[in-house]
Amino acid sequence: MAQQGTKTKQDKPAATGQRETYFQKYVMLRKHNVKVAWRKAKMNKSCYLFLAPYAILFTMFFIFPVIASIYFGFTYYNVLESPRFIGLNNYISLLLEDDIFLIGIKNTLIIALVTGPLGYILSFLFAWLINELPRWVRSVAVVIFYAPSIAGNCFVIFSVFFRGDAYGYVNAFLMNIGIIDTPILWLTNPQYMLPICMLVILWMSLGAGFLSFVAGLQGVDPALFEAGCIDGIRNRWQELWFITLPSMKPMLMFGAVMTITTSFGVADVTMQLCGFPSTDYAVRTIVSHMIDYGSLRYEMGYACAIASILFLMMILCNKAIQSLLRRVGT
Amino acid sequence: MMKKNKKAQVVEEKPYVKPLIKRRKPNRSIGGDVALYIFLILVALIMVFPLVYAVSSALKPLDELFMFPPRIFARRPTLNNFSDLFVTMSKSWVTFSRYLFNTVFITFVGTVGHLFVASMAAFVLAKYEFPGGQTFFKVATVAMMFNGYATQIPNYIIINKLGWVDTHWAVIIPAIASPMGLFLMKQFMEGLPTALIEAAKIDGAKEWTVFSTIVMPNVKPAWMTLIIFQVQALWNNRAQGFIYSEEKKTLVFALQQVQAGGIARTGQGAAVLVVVMIVPILIFVLSESQILETMASSGIKE
Repeated sequence: MAQQGTKTKQDKPAATGQRETYFQKYVMLRKHNVKVAWRKAKMNKSCYLFLAPYAILFTMFFIFPVIASIYFGFTYYNVLESPRFIGLNNYISLLLEDDIFLIGIKNTLIIALVTGPLGYILSFLFAWLINELPRWVRSVAVVIFYAPSIAGNCFVIFSVFFRGDAYGYVNAFLMNIGIIDTPILWLTNPQYMLPICMLVILWMSLGAGFLSFVAGLQGVDPALFEAGCIDGIRNRWQELWFITLPSMKPMLMFGAVMTITTSFGVADVTMQLCGFPSTDYAVRTIVSHMIDYGSLRYEMGYACAIASILFLMMILCNKAIQSLLRRVGT
Repeated sequence: MMKKNKKAQVVEEKPYVKPLIKRRKPNRSIGGDVALYIFLILVALIMVFPLVYAVSSALKPLDELFMFPPRIFARRPTLNNFSDLFVTMSKSWVTFSRYLFNTVFITFVGTVGHLFVASMAAFVLAKYEFPGGQTFFKVATVAMMFNGYATQIPNYIIINKLGWVDTHWAVIIPAIASPMGLFLMKQFMEGLPTALIEAAKIDGAKEWTVFSTIVMPNVKPAWMTLIIFQVQALWNNRAQGFIYSEEKKTLVFALQQVQAGGIARTGQGAAVLVVVMIVPILIFVLSESQILETMASSGIKE
C-alpha cells in the first residue's frame, strides 16, 4: 500500500494536496488511486493499442493455459470424459504414494542445483573472458561456445561416445590406458547415467544467457572504468564487482531466468540419451514424469498437478535468485 | 579515440595534474594472457569436438563409420550420406521441397510476426508508465519459465476451438506470443535514452512515428537476438500433436523419421544431424557479425 502511495505521489505531483487523506482514510485513497489510474489510462490510450496484439495472443496461449492447468490439477481428467473435481487427491498421491515422482524431484533438484549455477557462472565467465579479445577472435569464440545449444538434437552424438560395449570410444580409451578392464554401461548403469546427463547439459548450457551476457558486456560504458580507476579501483576483480556486474543487472536477471527454465525443464537430454523410461528411473525428471502421465497414460489431471508443482518450484527459485542478484555490487 | 581526447583535454586544462591521473591499464601480465588463450582454446576444443565429430561422421562412407579405432576426420570424405538422404526423402510421397517449404514458411512468418508484435508491446512497456503495464510484464516474465509440455493440453483445446488444428497457424500464432522476445526487447529498449523519445515528441511525433523511425532503428542488436531465438525455436519445432497431415509436417519431423530408421541408416542419420543443426548455426554466424557491428556503431549510448 505504502509503495502504491509513493508511486502515485511521484507520478502525479498534483495529488500532493490530498496527502493528508492518504494516511487518514484507506477508502479515499483507494478511490483516488483508481481515479488517477483511470486518468492515466485515458492519457495513455495509444499504449494499450500498442500492447493489444501481443496481450491478446499472450493471454490466449500463455495465461489461460497456465490457469487451466492449475485447475485441471485438482481434477481427474482423461480427455474422453469431462474433468471431475477431486480436490487435493492428485497432490496427495503425488507426494505420498508416487515413489517415482519423488525420484523425479530428487533428480531434477540435483540437475538444477549442479548444472544451473555452474552453467550460469560458466556463461558469465566465458563472456567476460572473451570480452576484451580482438573482435574476430571474439566472434569465433561466441560461435563456438554458443553452437552446442542451438545445434538441435546434436547431443545424441554423445550416445556414440558413451556406448556401453568395448567399442564405445570412452570405454575403449579408458581400457587402453588401463583404468578399467571391463566396459562400463555408461547409459544403462544407474550409477553413471545422471552424471553423464549433467555433463551433456553443461555442454549445452552456454545458451541464451551467454549471448545476453556478451551483448551486455559490450554495452558497458568504458567511461565508467576510467571513472572507477580515478576513484581508486585497483584490480580487475574490483572492476568486475563494482562496475561491470551492477551495470549488467538486467542481463544477469535474464540469464538467471533462462538458466532456471532450462535446468528445471530437463527432459529431452535424459530421454534421448538414457531411454524412456530409463533403467531404475535413474534419470527420471519431473518433466519426463509429466510427459509419461500426460502423453502416454492420458491422466491429464495428474500431469497438470505435476506441472503446477514444477511451476511453483521455478517461481520460488526465481524469487531466491532475484534477492541474491539485488545484492550484487553493494 | 575517446580516451586520447579525454587525456588531451585534461592536459590542456590542468597540466600539473597530469602525473596524478593514470590511464586505466589492463593489469594483466603477458603470461596471464597466454594462459588465458590456452585455456580458452582448450575449452573451445572440448565444446566444438562433438559438433565436428557429427559433421565428419556425416562425411564418412559406410565402412569408415563403423571403423575401430575411430578417426576424427574421414579419410575419404564423401557426400553419399547426403545424397542417400535425399533419395530416401524423395521416395516418400510428400516431396522434400514440400517439407522444406513448410518449415521455412512457419519460421519466416513466425519470426517476422513475433518481432513486430513483441517490439510494439516492449516499446510501450519500456518507455511509458501506464496502469497495468508493469503487472503485465511481470506476468510475462513468469510465464517465460512455464514449461511447454505443461501447457500443451489447454493449448490444444484453444487451438481446436479456433479451428487451427492441422494448419500451420497452430504453430505460428502461439510462437508469436512467445514471452522471451518481449522480455529481451523490453530489457534492451530500457537502455535507450528517454531524452531521444521526448525530443521527438516535442518535435510533434506521434507514438507510431517514434516507434517506427526512432526506437526500432536503434534496437537492431535486439532484433537480431530475437530473430535468432525465434528461428531456433521454430526451425526445431516438430509440431507434434498439432499437425497430422503428412504434407503439412515440418522438415525436422520428417528428418527425424529417417534418423529413427536403425543401424542401416547410420550415415543418413548423421547427415540429418548436420542438416538440422546447420541452419540455426549458419543464421547465427551471419547475424552475429551484424550484432557486433551494430553494437560498435550504435548510437544508443548517451
